[in-house]
Amino acid sequence: MADVMTAPAGAKASTGALMEISGLEAWYGESHVLHGVDIDIREGEVVTLLGRNGAGKTSTLRSVMGLVPRRSGSIKYEGKEFVNARPDVIARAGIAYCPEERGIFASLDVTENLLLPPMVRPGGLPLDEIYTLFPNLKERARSQGTKLSGGEQQMLAIARILRTGARFLLLDEPSEGLAPVIVQQIGRTIRELKKRGFTVLLVEQNFRFAQTVADRHYVMEHGRVVDMVANEDLNASLDRLHQYLGV
Amino acid sequence: MDEIFGIPAPLLFGQLLLGLINGAFYAMLSLGLAVIFGLLNIINFSHGAQFMMGAFVAWMLLHYLGIGYWWALILSPLLVGLTGVILERTMICRLYKLDHLYGLLLTFGISLIIEGIFRNQYGSSGMPYRIPTQLSGAWDLGFMFMPVYRGWVVVFALFTCITTWLVIEKTRLGAYLRAATENAPLVQAFGVNVPRMITLTYGAGVALAALAGVLAAPIYSVNPQMGTNLIIVVFAVVVIGGMGSILGSVLTGFGLGIVEGLTKVFYPEASATVIFIIMVIVLLARPAGLFGRA
Ligand SMILES: Nc1ncnc2c1ncn2[C@@H]1O[C@H](COP(=O)(O)OP(=O)(O)OP(=O)(O)O)[C@@H](O)[C@H]1O
Ligand SMILES: [Mg+2]
Repeated sequence: MADVMTAPAGAKASTGALMEISGLEAWYGESHVLHGVDIDIREGEVVTLLGRNGAGKTSTLRSVMGLVPRRSGSIKYEGKEFVNARPDVIARAGIAYCPEERGIFASLDVTENLLLPPMVRPGGLPLDEIYTLFPNLKERARSQGTKLSGGEQQMLAIARILRTGARFLLLDEPSEGLAPVIVQQIGRTIRELKKRGFTVLLVEQNFRFAQTVADRHYVMEHGRVVDMVANEDLNASLDRLHQYLGV
Repeated sequence: MDEIFGIPAPLLFGQLLLGLINGAFYAMLSLGLAVIFGLLNIINFSHGAQFMMGAFVAWMLLHYLGIGYWWALILSPLLVGLTGVILERTMICRLYKLDHLYGLLLTFGISLIIEGIFRNQYGSSGMPYRIPTQLSGAWDLGFMFMPVYRGWVVVFALFTCITTWLVIEKTRLGAYLRAATENAPLVQAFGVNVPRMITLTYGAGVALAALAGVLAAPIYSVNPQMGTNLIIVVFAVVVIGGMGSILGSVLTGFGLGIVEGLTKVFYPEASATVIFIIMVIVLLARPAGLFGRA
């Protein structure tokens, strides 16, 4: 486990990070989209990836999940290397992914969508707890997945990866395009997940929202991590962030 | 009940039954094509050759090993399905990133090779395959004689289609299949071994064709061209039903078989072309097919 201790430059010294990403590069065909991403995340942390459109946030999550066709560098989870692993192998290690476009299946009803991801480890949330967290999903159990409202689809996309026993969640802009009350509900959900010991890597454009849920924030620009801000320092670093995010 | 619309009842029902039997084969074959197309995005042109292999393997099991119909019904689909698995692993899997057309060309070439091999070995005259004794004879239905084997084919094909449909619509495996048809990478990111699922799905689709081949062996003579003639019509059926719809391909298969049978009664001249005429009309009016989503 000694190698787990060597934190990449630019990140806070971490002892026993659960996930360590270093020098990650990725390509879609000929186009080189990640140019060396360094991130590490301790168990139980909620960490966000901030950055402008096209900075490479989604590509980072997709690379961790093995969904970008060509990648190099290192992605270690629980000390094991996954940078060249297949998506299903990565999922079986306990990593789960909620995509930006939500990925609700139209040919499956809500219950089928919810039960689709197979169990990868023991210790997932039982179904009744999921229904307590997301009561709408129970009411609409028989509806076609894509007939749900945007907010309900987002709930479903998160809910279905909580059952599987995965302890590391990759959430891509769960608040995007949703009404403020729904965003608040998603914020509550993420804090609840943190309480239950899940580790979360969250992509966000909205750092006001990110501030309410996260421990630390990484900033991406042009396919690289360029900065890291602890949540307690966020307000002091607003000018810097505004510059990065152009808001 | 001697005459219906001026047609002798035995003739009418005889043709209806023939239509139903053809429909049973259309349904089973287009079902396999639909399943394969849905998940692999490949138009499996070798489906007819694989149907023919199913019949031939049944014949070979009997001829060389003395293994009869009932075992052939299980063994032939398994063996031919296995050749499908090998084909997918060694060749088809290289084409997924390319256009549909490559898969079509590859499987078309493969079907020519398979048929050539069988023609070379067994000639093209055809081999008889006996109806199993349990299914020989005919029932007197009062208005017509119904050969038991033909009734069996219709019932068994219906059973197979319904079972396949239930598996796809009502089981967990089917949910994986439907989800992967929509978004395979995401299903794989949930931990499902999608490449293996694709291989097995292709194998299952091919096995379905082979199963139809075994059913067909006692009806048509077992010959290397038996698939070619059928598969052209089946592709028209698939176009009419809409590529990728499971239930649609089954209903369209049986429906068009019956339409074809009725045409033989009322306007025999058109019976060979009626399906293609319907295809043209459907393509003009509803290009995605009767059950397809545009
Ligand atoms: N499938 C793809 N093929 C080619 N290039 C892609 C693909 N997906 C993303 N890219 C490119 O990779 C770069 C990073 O995109 P990515 O989606 O990771 O950004 P992002 O930070 O998630 O942006 P957003 O905030 O808009 O979601 C962009 O330049 C984008 O055009
Ligand atoms: Mg994105």
